[in-house]
Amino acid sequence: MEETVRYAEATGLLGSVWLLVAIPLVSAAILLLLGRRADRWGHWLGVASIGAAFVLGLTYFFQLRGLENKSVERSLWDFIAVGDFKVDFGLLFDPLAAVFVLLITGVGFLIHLYAVEYMSHDPGRRRFFAYFNLFVAAMLLLVLGNNYVMLYFGWEGVGLASYLLISFWYERPTAATAGKKAFLMNRVGDAGLAIGIFIMFATLGTTQYDEVFNGVGGLAGGTVLVLGLLLLLGATGKSGQFPLQAWLPDAMEGPTPVSALIHAATMVTAGVYLIARSNPIFSANETLQLVVVSVGALTLLLGCIIGAAKDDIKRVLAWSTVSQIGYMFLGVGLGGGAYALAIVHLLAHGFFKANMFLGAGSVMHGMKDQVDIRRFGGLSKYMKITWITFATGWLAIIGIPPLSGYFSKEPIIAKAFERDDWTAWLFGGAAMLGAGLTAFYMTRLFVLTFHGPKRWTDDIEHPHESPKLMTIPLILLAVGSVAAGWLLSTSVPDWLTATAGLGGAEEGEAHGVLSHTVITILSILVTLIGAGLAWFLFRNGTATEPQPAGVLVTAARKNLYTDSFNEAVFEKPGIFLTRALVYLDSRGVDGLVNGLAAGVGGGSGRLRRLQTGFVRSYAMSILTGALLVVAAFLAVQAGWLA
Amino acid sequence: MNEFFSVEPDYYLILAAVLFTIGAVGVLVRRNAIVLFMCVELMLNAANLALVTFSRINGDLNGQIMAFFVMVVAAAEVVIGLAIIMSIFRTRRSASVDDANLLKY
Amino acid sequence: MSDFPFLSVLTVAPLVGALVVALLPRSRPQLAKQVAFGWSLAVLVLSVFMWGAFQAGGDRLQFRESYSWIPQWGVNFTFAADGIALVMLMLIAVLVPLVILASWHDAESSKRSVPVYFALLLILESTMIGVFAAADVFLFYVFFEVMLVPMYFLIGSFGGHQRQYAAVKFFLYSLVGGLFMLAAVIGLWVVGGKTFDWQALTQIDMSTGTERWLFLGFFVAFAIKAPFFPFHTWLPDAGGAAPAGAAALLVGVMDKVGTFGILRYCLPLFPEASKWFAPYAIALALIGIIYAALLAVGQNDLKRLVSYTSIAHFGFIGVGIFAFTTQAGTGAVLYMLNHGLATGLLFLVVGMFVARRGSALISDFGGAGKLVPVLAGVFFFAGLASLALPGTAPFISEFLVLIGTYTVNKPVAVIATLGIILAAAYVLWMVQRTTQGTLNPALTQAEGMRRDITLREKVVVAPLIALIVLLGFYPKPVTDVINPAVQATMQDVGKSDPAPTNGGVQEASK
Repeated sequence: MEETVRYAEATGLLGSVWLLVAIPLVSAAILLLLGRRADRWGHWLGVASIGAAFVLGLTYFFQLRGLENKSVERSLWDFIAVGDFKVDFGLLFDPLAAVFVLLITGVGFLIHLYAVEYMSHDPGRRRFFAYFNLFVAAMLLLVLGNNYVMLYFGWEGVGLASYLLISFWYERPTAATAGKKAFLMNRVGDAGLAIGIFIMFATLGTTQYDEVFNGVGGLAGGTVLVLGLLLLLGATGKSGQFPLQAWLPDAMEGPTPVSALIHAATMVTAGVYLIARSNPIFSANETLQLVVVSVGALTLLLGCIIGAAKDDIKRVLAWSTVSQIGYMFLGVGLGGGAYALAIVHLLAHGFFKANMFLGAGSVMHGMKDQVDIRRFGGLSKYMKITWITFATGWLAIIGIPPLSGYFSKEPIIAKAFERDDWTAWLFGGAAMLGAGLTAFYMTRLFVLTFHGPKRWTDDIEHPHESPKLMTIPLILLAVGSVAAGWLLSTSVPDWLTATAGLGGAEEGEAHGVLSHTVITILSILVTLIGAGLAWFLFRNGTATEPQPAGVLVTAARKNLYTDSFNEAVFEKPGIFLTRALVYLDSRGVDGLVNGLAAGVGGGSGRLRRLQTGFVRSYAMSILTGALLVVAAFLAVQAGWLA
Repeated sequence: MNEFFSVEPDYYLILAAVLFTIGAVGVLVRRNAIVLFMCVELMLNAANLALVTFSRINGDLNGQIMAFFVMVVAAAEVVIGLAIIMSIFRTRRSASVDDANLLKY
Repeated sequence: MSDFPFLSVLTVAPLVGALVVALLPRSRPQLAKQVAFGWSLAVLVLSVFMWGAFQAGGDRLQFRESYSWIPQWGVNFTFAADGIALVMLMLIAVLVPLVILASWHDAESSKRSVPVYFALLLILESTMIGVFAAADVFLFYVFFEVMLVPMYFLIGSFGGHQRQYAAVKFFLYSLVGGLFMLAAVIGLWVVGGKTFDWQALTQIDMSTGTERWLFLGFFVAFAIKAPFFPFHTWLPDAGGAAPAGAAALLVGVMDKVGTFGILRYCLPLFPEASKWFAPYAIALALIGIIYAALLAVGQNDLKRLVSYTSIAHFGFIGVGIFAFTTQAGTGAVLYMLNHGLATGLLFLVVGMFVARRGSALISDFGGAGKLVPVLAGVFFFAGLASLALPGTAPFISEFLVLIGTYTVNKPVAVIATLGIILAAAYVLWMVQRTTQGTLNPALTQAEGMRRDITLREKVVVAPLIALIVLLGFYPKPVTDVINPAVQATMQDVGKSDPAPTNGGVQEASK
């Protein structure tokens, strides 16, 4: 690294930045400890804590704007201090963290508000808000930590909250299993992240961000590569990227606000945060960047293809999330100015995806928790607000100007084409193809849900629009989906330059294989084709029963066999191994112990037979013994044994 | 001393060995408890003879003292042993030691 | 206050309490419980004072006291505690009152005498305190063996299914290990100039061969006690059969004597042999981590499952001890404490479930969270602590062990890290099969399942949860006590931490 990273001491108001984590945490603790006593007002405490955190976050943000060095840290206490291994319980507030804090608390606040109504019929609402607050606290710790151990702390914390919320309806076996699956796959990534931290300590003797970033330049290339790959493993786990993507769609078993906040807007983008935060490590090795880009490109296509074949509204959105995070990985992998582009896309995605998830929740609310898009249709008449807000999200994600997706996604596609060699065609092509596919499956989702003939199940007569408490967040998020793109893409890259290594979008000549204008036109064209195709195919609705399909569609319906692969390679052999070991332990290892005991017992049983009860035999053995003694005595006398 | 009376101590030892062997063989081959008992007595007395002879050879009293101990023990043993044999005979109508074989494994 | 004979008083006091409790009439079980609980609380208060009197940066062994016992052999009642022992003593003092409270109704169902049960718990406390406080090798050996007796009766008389088998297996297996140690103790006495004093014995020189044989004698005993693979099979049987409270003490404290013994006796007394055997010991520990975790996944009995998880955790402790770095060593000792808290809690909560359901089989549960939500929540928390989630105390110890090991032995650390994935697997699967999913209809029939956590049970779990969380965020008070002792032990072995390979860079930037 050319530049040394320096963090200033947080002073004044910014010294209390820990309040951001503490407030939701205390709220969660209160809600959990008070139990049913807090049932009546608990949800409002939950909302208020996030609201307070948002206001605080804004205050800190404006404070930070006025500072010379926009990276301030605050060490709270010695977390671990053993020998040379010293970890502060310390927080870092810099432009990158600030952006995340505002996203988490801002979108988080809206989703909390929405959940008050959405969960109002659930007896476990207080518990829900406790977990929700716990999540926000852990997520804020994740982005605010000033060292990798703090990040790991928050990292596993959000994993826990995610687990608790996915299996919130724990009496459903599918929900319980989905939660477990999410936690386990995340743990695989976590293990990678942990080993990455070990490498940092073994080579650099520290886990503090600044010291690691300043030292990474002195490391051997191989070490950086391994370190980066391990961090990437952690990132893929948390962000549902290939090869650890399988848990994210299953995570839709949780209540819809959870899907919106955790599995769309915030937690799943933690992987992007990790790579952006560790940009000095990733920028230091080109192979590493290539791997990140490949993971992103592969996952974005994977997500699109599977998303196009799904019929569950939340799962389509989930695969869409997988795919969109693929774009972000592509961005952070490209390095340089693309880091900022990826963050912009992350923020825009936070708005429009949360918007669409909440919209899906609103649809489900009105349709008796139906999630099958083949059973919707024509809802635009009945749910005006949901329809319009969802439409903004839809147009935003497929990248129609001037909505946010256009401003955030298109530059990443352009950036992918800017590579020097043939990989420009590969990654640029993938990103371009992804844009078309995204347009296709999102349009399919939108058209099947809100337009075309009604295909409702018989028990539904009058779908109803959701109450105000749910529609207000929808409207606000829709405004964000519309406006955020332009606002963010003009302000965020500059703002982020203050964070080490996250330079603004580079000005000047794009030296890619295609000119920027061509790419823009092409991407809009591809989008229109995809959307038009979907509209043409699905404008008259679709069959309500599964239809026979070709190889690709069948494969996509089965998640491109990734689940089958996991099952065949990890789950089944794992279960077999476990059973074999249980057998081995009880028969082999314990068998040896018990066998020894049985051997001693059996041996003494045999020896016992010598005790015949006949006096003569005793006399004989006494005589034999006596003769032996005499013989031995004589032998010694004669000197035979000398 | 007369030549005729000059018996070597070895002779006593040989006699003791013979007596002991007779007793030992008797214990091993006979079944009647009384006979067994006699044979045991024979062995004890053979040992006594050997002890007295050793005492004579060594010219001190240790062997004789041991012989007295053996006699006392033998007397005690006879009292208890005969009592046991009597009670076994009363219950089993048999003096054969092979019939009294319940005390085993 | 610092020359108060803390250690001997702490050892004797529970014994006196046990006598008092045992002499109470069988017809007044309530009184026996109250006396036992009060007595153990008094011991706790005394231990807290001892903690206050301990000087973290002071002498390695503190509170030393010595009384002559068998002068002909040079055997003395010598007590002294270093930071490691102090932490373990505190763990005992905290756990025993909670176990007594948790076992309030345990002994009533059996036909045995209630006062005897609580007297046995107090005797156990006394012997466990003695074994950690001893600074005389012979005295240590005596406590090491005597400790088995109360536990034998606790399992054999008050245990569950197959209690006789488990008790005898536990006793004989430990005794066999103890005999190896006895041989080594005598050997040490001969080689070391007829003294049993620990401090004197650390100074002696011996030949390489002798040192290795003596090391093995001690190590086998400790490996059985800890237990390390492949000497572990007694633990699931004993843990499965023992009443929950006794199981918590068995796994939470008693097994730590094994790892404590390695740290206190094997390493300082036989430093060269320790280094020579370290690869083998690490291999055993590593196998234990993976092997026991996989076995835990396959169990259908909650108590056996928790026992297997403990074997996996002992693997981590073993790796930490034999890595010979400050971080790993401190992590291992911290792990001993944290594992006692976390697994103690897990065992006690499992006991609460078993008491309600009348069975420890996982297949007899299912969906229990619907009936007893708070208890299920505590169960889940204990599980999280067991899988070392950040925010709970075991995280710090596990992380320290792994990071300390990584600096000297990368493959071992990487393989051990796989253990944290398996830990998540067995904990979550246990939680899922027990408390989540569709409600098992048989569960609604069970009388006890209609009652969620009671006030008494809350009092039992609350201190443990509080300690686990507190030490998860702020472990410094404990690490400060452990650290000097571990560093001294590493000095005995003659190892120092490797410097970071690229450490110079950050020095320059600061």
